Amino acid sequence: MTQERPIRVLIAKPGLDGHDRGAKVVARALRDAGMEVIYTGIRQTPQMIAEAALQEDVQVVGLSILSGAHLELFPRVVEELRSRGVDDVLLFAGGIIPQDDIPAVNKIGFKGVFGPGTDTNDIIAFVREHAPVRA
Amino acid sequence: MTPPSGGVDTASDLVEGVLAGNRRALARAITHVEADSAIGREVLARIYPRTGRAQTVGITGSAGAGKSTLVGALAREERKRGRTVGIVAIDPSSPFSHGAILGDRIRMQDLTADGGVFLRSMASRGNLGGLSESATGVVDVLDAAGFDVVMIETVGAGQDEVEVANAAGTTVLVANPGGGDEVQSMKAGLMEVAQVMTVNKSDLAGADTALTQLKALLAIAHLGSWEPPILKTIARTGEGVPELVDAIDRHHAHITSSVHAVEERRAQATRQLIALARAALHREALVAAATTGALEALVDSVARRERDPRNAAAALLDAVKAQWARE
Repeated sequence: MTQERPIRVLIAKPGLDGHDRGAKVVARALRDAGMEVIYTGIRQTPQMIAEAALQEDVQVVGLSILSGAHLELFPRVVEELRSRGVDDVLLFAGGIIPQDDIPAVNKIGFKGVFGPGTDTNDIIAFVREHAPVRA
Repeated sequence: MTPPSGGVDTASDLVEGVLAGNRRALARAITHVEADSAIGREVLARIYPRTGRAQTVGITGSAGAGKSTLVGALAREERKRGRTVGIVAIDPSSPFSHGAILGDRIRMQDLTADGGVFLRSMASRGNLGGLSESATGVVDVLDAAGFDVVMIETVGAGQDEVEVANAAGTTVLVANPGGGDEVQSMKAGLMEVAQVMTVNKSDLAGADTALTQLKALLAIAHLGSWEPPILKTIARTGEGVPELVDAIDRHHAHITSSVHAVEERRAQATRQLIALARAALHREALVAAATTGALEALVDSVARRERDPRNAAAALLDAVKAQWARE
């Protein structure tokens, strides 16, 4: 009677943002959708995020950023993940990311970008559809 | 070696990786053990002879007692002493959605950057007593990976959670100043499982009262050759934490000393085996009960008040035994 393994998601905030309301709303919505959400708190370095993703063996990493440093920090997170052999996670982002930057963020490897006002059901559907299958 | 990628794991690669200290392989092996997959079972079987070297420490206490903060402080102290630390932090799953928010890393952020620490969050998953099985398996994997100390943190509520902490060599009970602790810890049966106790948040009012209450409870407890020390800690500042590590080490020395080693190893093996057998029996019995169809009929008769639940449970057990005899 083995149950289906819940999707494991890391929600993290890179950089110096002082509040994390949005990240917590998303974490809670994913929890209520039956996922296991590892939340790390604010002020995470790219190394800390990648190391947490590795240790927790998550299938999905969601980053929330408000400071405007996304084009600076996101590539470094991806680089840190790769250097640890974590090259098979679904990446998505949220927070304040200008429309013009979205193609660049997508190109770095973030398949979904969810701005303010997003329906959490859209995020849940996105994660369910794209999360890689694991043991 | 190249770290294994998701979905293409083999037990051999994972075992080799875990024993070689590859963190990606370790993380993947834990996933398999937690999921109780065929690969996970094979990994456990193959690494078990390489376990038993780590000092295992269970940390339990009520929600909000400061367990995560204390585990972080303990890990920092162990690192200062040059030991590597594996941590399994268990949080409850929602009984409604089966999802979970695992937030223990928030209290241990600085440890994430330390290569001598590996922290894994686990949700209790409420899977029919399977927590004991998966969590002790994860401890074994960390042990085989060579961590000097492996800590396992659970809320001290519910038999599974207490059992998990109790499967460790040394179990630490984290109490708090404030009303009700005395009776609460007696109710939960936590006094019996702890070999070291600490009144955490001891800068708050009522710390000395809590300490006295625990001492009074211990005075009437059935003690073996070890008398549990009761300490005071402030996990947030690290105060009292070196003394707590000393106390844990003294208990470890006690159970590994030649006089007690054999006895203690048997006692720990008994606790683990019974916990795991209980979980397996529970699961198998429910499967058999579902197969016979007896469960549905008995539920109906109890719901209609034709049969009392205790009688019905005995009848269900008979049906399960009959089903096992047929298999």
